[in-house]
Amino acid sequence: MVMGEKRKKINYSKWGYIFILPFFISFFIFSFIPLADTIRYSFYEYYRSGIKEIGPNFIGLANYISLLKSDMFKYAGNTFILWMIGFIPQIVIALVLASWFVDARLKIRGKQFFKVVIYLPNLIMASAFAMLFFTMFSTNGPINSILTAFGWIKQPIDFLGSVFGTRSLVGLMNFLMWFGNTTIMLMAAIMGISPDIFEASEIDGCGGLQRFFYITLPLIRPILAYTLITSIIGGLQMFDVPQILTDGQGAPDRTSMTLIMFLNSHLKSKNYGMAGSLSVYLFIVSSILCFITYRITNNDDPDGSKAAAKKAKRERRNKV
Amino acid sequence: MRKRLLSMALVSAMLVSVLSGCGAGKDSDDSKKGTDNAEEGKVINIYGWNDEFFKRVNAVYPEVDKVSKDGTEIHWIINPNKDGVYQEKLDQALRNQADAAADDKIDMFLAETDYVFKYTDEEADVAIPLTELGINPGEDLADQYDFTKITASDASGNQRASTWQCCPGLLVYRRDIAKEVFGTDDPVKIGEKVKDWKVMKETAEELKSKGYCAFASYADTFRLYGNSISQPWVTQGETVIKVDKKIMDWIKDSKEWKDAGYFDKTVKGQWNDDWNKSMGSKSKVFAFLFPAWGIDFTLKPNWDGADGAWAVTNPPQEYNWGGSYVIACRGTDNPKHVKDIIMAVTGNKDNLLKISKDYLDYTNTVSGMREAAKDSATYASDFLGGQNTFEYFAPVAERIQIAPLSAYDQGCVELLQNAFSDYFQGKVDFEKAKSNFETAVIERYPDITEIQWPE
Repeated sequence: MVMGEKRKKINYSKWGYIFILPFFISFFIFSFIPLADTIRYSFYEYYRSGIKEIGPNFIGLANYISLLKSDMFKYAGNTFILWMIGFIPQIVIALVLASWFVDARLKIRGKQFFKVVIYLPNLIMASAFAMLFFTMFSTNGPINSILTAFGWIKQPIDFLGSVFGTRSLVGLMNFLMWFGNTTIMLMAAIMGISPDIFEASEIDGCGGLQRFFYITLPLIRPILAYTLITSIIGGLQMFDVPQILTDGQGAPDRTSMTLIMFLNSHLKSKNYGMAGSLSVYLFIVSSILCFITYRITNNDDPDGSKAAAKKAKRERRNKV
Repeated sequence: MRKRLLSMALVSAMLVSVLSGCGAGKDSDDSKKGTDNAEEGKVINIYGWNDEFFKRVNAVYPEVDKVSKDGTEIHWIINPNKDGVYQEKLDQALRNQADAAADDKIDMFLAETDYVFKYTDEEADVAIPLTELGINPGEDLADQYDFTKITASDASGNQRASTWQCCPGLLVYRRDIAKEVFGTDDPVKIGEKVKDWKVMKETAEELKSKGYCAFASYADTFRLYGNSISQPWVTQGETVIKVDKKIMDWIKDSKEWKDAGYFDKTVKGQWNDDWNKSMGSKSKVFAFLFPAWGIDFTLKPNWDGADGAWAVTNPPQEYNWGGSYVIACRGTDNPKHVKDIIMAVTGNKDNLLKISKDYLDYTNTVSGMREAAKDSATYASDFLGGQNTFEYFAPVAERIQIAPLSAYDQGCVELLQNAFSDYFQGKVDFEKAKSNFETAVIERYPDITEIQWPE
């Protein structure tokens, strides 16, 4: 009897810890230590010249200061522009497609088929995709041949030679790769909305557009926020598409050089110090962006009543 | 309780086996090594980027094929050259060289002209000077071309590498275009029309009036200027990049030629699809500037017409482009074998002539190549309509002047071409292109403090 009671008190939670231990060990070894090292090396002069290793010598904030003097802000601007060109059409098209796909009244046939098709570009490796575009849009490539054959242009267009052409191509590729993913995410969000609300709104005489703007959009806000956050972080790390498309040069005139391409060109000389401090900057920027987006979207005061109450309270206090 | 112990034991056993997995191979190697008591190691490790050197060693060094009579093996460690993978793996291995087991140490490795200096650098000291191996470059390698010895030497002039291959470049032109524009495809007469830059420019104008381009891109002519600079990009011990006058000439001439329409305006740089297509039969490009490997590995695969459509003649300026250098690695446990291989592949006239015959390399033997130039029966090329290319290569090779190298050459050449590409296309002005080059080069080489432009 006594034995039985003891057994009941056996604490199984430790097995839980043991089972998640491998993850934490590998996280600690493969993610946390490198992370801490990156931050540590950002205060050091540490690179290779030929095969000679220079450093690590502690130099304080010198790396951070010389980065501020470099073209970092220009590359940040490039990254932002490239991200926007891809993100705006992506979110618009994804919203439209998602609301069409889940609209029971439209009765679209072959939904599953289309879902697979729009997701497909995401399965192609970004670098392979960029290679494909690079070949298609080269001066003697198929796109120019087709346009010339139709008689629409006389001279081949130098797509990758112009700022507009290169940036649009990068944007187009990012759009094509990610809109399917976003659509499916948003579909899941819309399907999560209770059909009662839609029904009720229809009984009240709500039209399609109204329903979209006043019901669907506010109710999927958490997922929209998630999409925005992941897209911003993904956008900050934009690398493979412009890298391959411009052969790592960010041509023309370094206008499609992104922050991570900038980081990568430091790694050619194994400049861990400079690359580390650039990573720290990126880390700070993405934390701030995440925080802002989180605050905007995780509004616990949807109808403004709390804010109004606070304001009234403050006014009352001021009067007193 | 017992169950718990058992599972703990299992988990720890698993972890131990995972962690020790990497070490297992080494132990067995060590135990094998303990049993032999020969002076030289049993394994010769050679780092390379393709089977080029492998084929040549096998052709002329029968002592070690797979396993030699005395049991020595050659292990080939091949990593692709593309995107710096080869150098990355090699650098990694070189840094572990001191701690590696004797049979895991690198014994020899290859380096291309563009970055050979990174390894022959005196301070880095990863390449054993040839004299230390028992090779006297002055005597044993007297038949090698002088410029290959300059390239293979460190800043104080000690030769630390050696090559079997020598890459003088020629002008390769389309016979049909030559006939149409100049009324002849005779290499001697065409050679007259391209003998220096001034005459070449008049010829380009002539070609343009008939709707042809002289060359495909401004990058094509770079090696002619860039490989005949009078001083290294960076002098040993300094951190200043000095852009040579010759490079400025290239920029000035290229802009002029580009604007005049002497290049194919759809081609930007080299090694891209547009450039490859400009070697096809539909292209309007008259000529390319290539060494022997360029004709065989670049022009030939891209040409879609019949053999005999191209011919070679003298270039407007003598130049060398490329070449693979063989280096004995510091720390090798097989110095004798390494010396033998280097001598067999790069310092033996008969072997070099055999390589020339079998693999069409222009090899590093002055007297041998002079013979080959006369021996049209053996060295005629079908692709070039029966021309003996050695007849044209030999005089170029003997006149090549080359500046000492620096460890920064590869990046400087690559980044300069990229930065000025925008200028030639008219995207940026001259000053902007200069500052873009400065930005890029300081990113690549953090120890560079200043860039000096001539004038």
